[in-house]
Amino acid sequence: MIIASNVSKNFGRLKALDNVSVTCNKGECIALIGPNGCGKTTLIKSILGMVVTDSGFITFNGQNIKRNWKYRENIGYMPQIGRYPESMTIGQVLDMMKDIRGSKDALPDEDLINSFGLKHMMAKRVRTLSGGTRQKVSAALAFLVNPDLLILDEPTAGLDPVSSEMLKEKIIAEKNKGKLVLITSHILSELDDLVSQVIFMQDGKLCFHKSILALKADTGEEKLSKAIANVMLSR
Amino acid sequence: MKKIIKYVIIDILRNKIMLGYTLFLLVISLSIFNLEDNSAKGLLSLLNIILIIVPLVSLLFSAIYVYNSSEFLELLVSQPLKRKTIWLSLFSGLATSMAFAFLIGAGVPILLYEATPTGFMMLGAGLLLSVIFVAIAMLAAVMARDKAKGIGVVILLWLYFSIIFDGLVLFVLFQFADYPLENIMVGVTAFNPIDLSRILILLKMDVSALMGYTGAIFKDFFGTRLGLIVSFFVLVSWVVIPTWLSLRKFKHKDL
Repeated sequence: MIIASNVSKNFGRLKALDNVSVTCNKGECIALIGPNGCGKTTLIKSILGMVVTDSGFITFNGQNIKRNWKYRENIGYMPQIGRYPESMTIGQVLDMMKDIRGSKDALPDEDLINSFGLKHMMAKRVRTLSGGTRQKVSAALAFLVNPDLLILDEPTAGLDPVSSEMLKEKIIAEKNKGKLVLITSHILSELDDLVSQVIFMQDGKLCFHKSILALKADTGEEKLSKAIANVMLSR
Repeated sequence: MKKIIKYVIIDILRNKIMLGYTLFLLVISLSIFNLEDNSAKGLLSLLNIILIIVPLVSLLFSAIYVYNSSEFLELLVSQPLKRKTIWLSLFSGLATSMAFAFLIGAGVPILLYEATPTGFMMLGAGLLLSVIFVAIAMLAAVMARDKAKGIGVVILLWLYFSIIFDGLVLFVLFQFADYPLENIMVGVTAFNPIDLSRILILLKMDVSALMGYTGAIFKDFFGTRLGLIVSFFVLVSWVVIPTWLSLRKFKHKDL
C-alpha cells in the first residue's frame, strides 16, 4: 500500500531521514519505534506530504505522492499534538472536517465520538480543552471518514486508561477490517496486543522491519518492550 | 476552495479586530467630512490618513493572522486538499475581509459625501492597497518561520513603503538636481504602490497644480487613459507577484 524508496530529508545539517526504504501492506498494524528524534514523525509527515522530501519517492496505492493530493482522501491522521483553530468549538471542528472531507460513499464513522462522550462537549471551545480531550478529538477526526490508512502519532499519550482501552479496541477493529494502521508510541507494553510488525529507526535510518513474531524469536524475549530494550542495548 | 474561504472568513469575523478597524475608519471618515465645510478638502485630509492606516493594518493583521493559523494550515495540509487551494483560500479570505472593512468604513462615507471621480479613485485605490498589503504580508509570513521576525519584517516594510522610500527619492532628486529626472520619477513610482495611489488621487484633485514641473509631467502621463491603465496594471501586479512568490514558497514548505 505504501512503498517508500530511498527517502532522504535534511533539516539544515540534521539528517532527519537517511535513505529510508520501507513497504507497508494492507491488513497490517505496524509500530514505528525508535529513540526521540530518530525521524519517526518526519517519516509520517513525508507520507502525508506535509514534509517535502529531498530525494527518493513514496507511492501510495501505486501513485507517486509528489504533487498529488487526492490520495490523502484515504488517510486518517492523528497528530502527536492536535492543534485546532482556538476559537472554534469541538462541534464546529468536527463539522468543518466532515464538510472538507465530504465522505461521499460511507456515513461518517462516529464510534469514537460516541464512546469518548464528545457529544456532550460539542459546545466547548478548543482553547479550553485539556490535553487528553484534544487527543480524543484528534482520534475521532482520524477515524471519522473511514480511511484505508490510519496514521496515529503517539495515540494514547495523555489519554486516561478507559479511553486508551477504547481507542485500542477501535484500532484492532479497523485492522481486522483490512486497513493499514501505522502507530508510533513509546509505551511499548500497549503495543503488544496491537501490532503485527515493527519498524525500528535510529538517527534517521531504518534499522529493521520485522514481524513481531520474528523479532521475539530473534531476541528470545516474550514481551515487545523487553525485545526492543534488548535490541537497543545490543547496538 | 469555497469551503476553506468560508471558514477563513468566519474565523476573521469572529475576531473583533476587524469590526474595530471598520468602526475606526468609519468614525475617522465621518468626522473628517463633517469637520470640513468643503468635502473636497475633507477628501484630501482623508487621503493622508488612509494612505498611512490601510497599509499598516492590512500588513500587521494579515501577518499575525497567518502566523496564528499555522495550526489550522497544518491541519488542512494533512487533508485531501491542494496546497495551492489552501494558500489562495487564505489569501482570498483575508483580502475579502480587508477590502470589505475598507468599503464599509471609508467607502460608504466617501460615496455619501463625495461621489465624484476623485472619490471613486480614492475608493478604488484604498481597496487595491488593502489587497496589495495582504499579499505582501503573506509573502513575509511564509518567508520567515519565526513569528517575531516576520512581524518585524512587516513593520519595516511598512516604514519603507510609507516613509523611507519617499526619503530615498527626495535624496536622489536633490543629489541629481541638475539632471532631468522627471520622466524617471514616473517610472520610480511603480516601485511603491502607496506613492502611486497618492499621485493618482492627487492628480484628480485641483491641488495637482501645486506640484510644479514634475506635477505637469505626472499629469501628462497619469492623466491620460493609457497612464491610468498602466498604473492599474502596476497595482494589480503588486498583488499578483507577491502572491505568486508566496505560493511557490508555500508549496515546498515543511509543516
